[in-house]
Amino acid sequence: MNLRAAAGQEPKCLGGQGWPREAVPAALDAVLQHPGIWRRSAPAQQHVRTLSTGLTELDALLPGGGWPCGALSEILFGHDGIGELALLMPALAELTHRRQRVVFVAPPYIPYAPALDAHGLDLRYVVQIESTAAEGAWGSEQCLRSGSCGAVLSWLHQADYTQLRRLQLAAESGDALAFLFRPAHSASKASPAALRLQLHADAGQVDIEILKCRGNLDWQRPTRLRWRA
Amino acid sequence: MLWACLYFSDLPLRAVFEEGELALPCAVVDGPRQRPHVVLANAPAQRNGVSTGRVLAASRALCATLQARTRDRPGEQRLLLSLAAWAYRFSSHVSLCAPDALFIEVGASLRLFGGWPALERRLRRELVAIGYAPAIAVAPLPAAARVLAAQHDGFFADQREPLLTALGCMPIAGSGLGSEAISLLYNVGARTLRDAFALPRPELARRIGPASLAALDRLRGIDQEILPLYEPPDRFEHRVELDDRVDAWPPLLFPLRRLCGELALFLAARDGGVQRCDLVLDHEDKPATRVTIELLTPQREARTLYELARSRLERIALAAPVCGIALIATDLPEFRPRHHDLFEPQRAQGQEWPELAERLRAHLGDDAVRRLAAAADHRPERAWCSTAVNPATPETSSRTGSTTLTPPVARFGFASPSPPRQRERGQSVAEADASPLPSAREAAPQTRVRVAQEGAAPAAIQSHPSRPLWLLHRAMPLRGAAPHILAGPERIESGWWDGGDTRRDYYVVQTREGQRAWAFLVPGSNDGWMLHGWFA
Repeated sequence: MNLRAAAGQEPKCLGGQGWPREAVPAALDAVLQHPGIWRRSAPAQQHVRTLSTGLTELDALLPGGGWPCGALSEILFGHDGIGELALLMPALAELTHRRQRVVFVAPPYIPYAPALDAHGLDLRYVVQIESTAAEGAWGSEQCLRSGSCGAVLSWLHQADYTQLRRLQLAAESGDALAFLFRPAHSASKASPAALRLQLHADAGQVDIEILKCRGNLDWQRPTRLRWRA
Repeated sequence: MLWACLYFSDLPLRAVFEEGELALPCAVVDGPRQRPHVVLANAPAQRNGVSTGRVLAASRALCATLQARTRDRPGEQRLLLSLAAWAYRFSSHVSLCAPDALFIEVGASLRLFGGWPALERRLRRELVAIGYAPAIAVAPLPAAARVLAAQHDGFFADQREPLLTALGCMPIAGSGLGSEAISLLYNVGARTLRDAFALPRPELARRIGPASLAALDRLRGIDQEILPLYEPPDRFEHRVELDDRVDAWPPLLFPLRRLCGELALFLAARDGGVQRCDLVLDHEDKPATRVTIELLTPQREARTLYELARSRLERIALAAPVCGIALIATDLPEFRPRHHDLFEPQRAQGQEWPELAERLRAHLGDDAVRRLAAAADHRPERAWCSTAVNPATPETSSRTGSTTLTPPVARFGFASPSPPRQRERGQSVAEADASPLPSAREAAPQTRVRVAQEGAAPAAIQSHPSRPLWLLHRAMPLRGAAPHILAGPERIESGWWDGGDTRRDYYVVQTREGQRAWAFLVPGSNDGWMLHGWFA
């Protein structure tokens, strides 16, 4: 792409016609619309397939408006019981309603069936896999890669970058939602996840902070959202 | 009916010698121990002068490097049975002709296989692949086919006249009669079977006996012959002996792959599947280790069976060195291939779940994959149950589940002091008791998302759900200062009839770190908080 030619100094390209000097800005604009050129200020959003989270405010903040499909989403939390699982419940209920399986791989506690029922999950499509932590990673990868599960929830406290990358690739190949719960101190470690959320609990109030997301995020908007007061 | 006779002349050699050993001079001997004679010698031995009938000592004198082993008739019978099992793929009428020939009825399947030349080429090719090179002859009469196979490899006659003509030219010595009958006929002057057929019948019966006359009649077709047919066994049991003791599982994978391949061939011949089989590892001094492989659905692919058997074999610990491995399958149900719908709206999610569950069970244990369900009990630790996905409780496919959109009906009720909440949107829950489960249940799942978007009731749903998402395996004391109570108390008192009597007051509490917990107190006390669940 010869920018000097487009600017009118050499009338060789663009049909070989001479360009008057008044048309230079328009021609330059046309050149910069070329898809091979990335512009930081471009407002266009990439098309990301997502599943709605159930919270309008969170949907508004996330690119695509929900949990990214075919990708790994990390949820970091400091203590159990601040709402990390309830955050996913609307999306999981939607998945079970669409007759897609939800798999809990090696959960730290018992997923209480009456409560899952209360949140709207269809228990016919909920599966729990009991295993050790190492085998749990293998199990998660198999479930994601097979394409027969809608969402896989795993709890891997010691997961290194390679393992996370494998989960991410498995989620992409199986087009499933992968959710990984990690302790809050992993926020400082690098991760290949497509979405990273951290839950901050402070005396009864719970905030959701977006640490990382794909696509274009409008940085003028806040990345921290008050969820529960 | 057109019978093809496969005559395996080297079957005694194959029964006692391996394929690699047959490159050297080998002979099979039989007879009394003091004076064994050679029954069959292979080509290298015959070139050195060893021939059938010669005494072993003389043969060894002629050929110093001769390998001689005693004849193994049971081994030959086993080989013939395995060849009959192989031949069963080509025709359902297979008969054994002891000790070294096989009859296959090919007249009914000639069109399927594209004519006799194509079928003959295929038979020979497959037999060469497993290491046999029989002589094949085809005739309408099985006895004639057997006689002709020994002398004319590749003979084909589908009509009686050419068959009788060819049979007539056969020498008496190769007719399959007893040696006395042969010598008598020779002395009388009959050199070929045509001469024998021309002799008058009553006199012949008196001389050679009715049995030999019946054999001659079967050759000509005057007597009908009904062959006993081979039936494949209803049970698969194959054993592989290992050369040396094996301590770990990786060397067992080669014989396991072979066994799985044989099982797959066996199942293909039966057009069936296997759902349960046993892998038996023999030890020298200790009793054998049995590994049971139970599958969710009948399988018959060699690769699938091998993968599942291998995953289970990897997990067991060998108690002693293994000297033999066997695969036994007795439960052989019919195999029904899965039905794929062309217009299935799902992207093949339902079809891959059984394979995934099978793989997970094989690798993680038979009880690793579990389904959850709520149970009708007030006590929280018994209000849920999980059942392993196993062959006894087959997975219901997504298509047989109900397609109604109403929310799942609550199957339990519990006492709560708080009044029932307002029902939204008129969704009726078919319950006799007014179940005060929060309004989360009353809105259908697909409308909940929209409700959240409208912002109408999510605060009410999320603030005080009545049951926690996490239940601890055992209630633990809650450490730290007395927590801040958000909701409660909820008295749960139940179980006096089965010895699990519980009386607890449950509260939704908030700890100092901001966690929401479900904790209980013994009624009447203010201290001794026991944590039972997290509202995650």
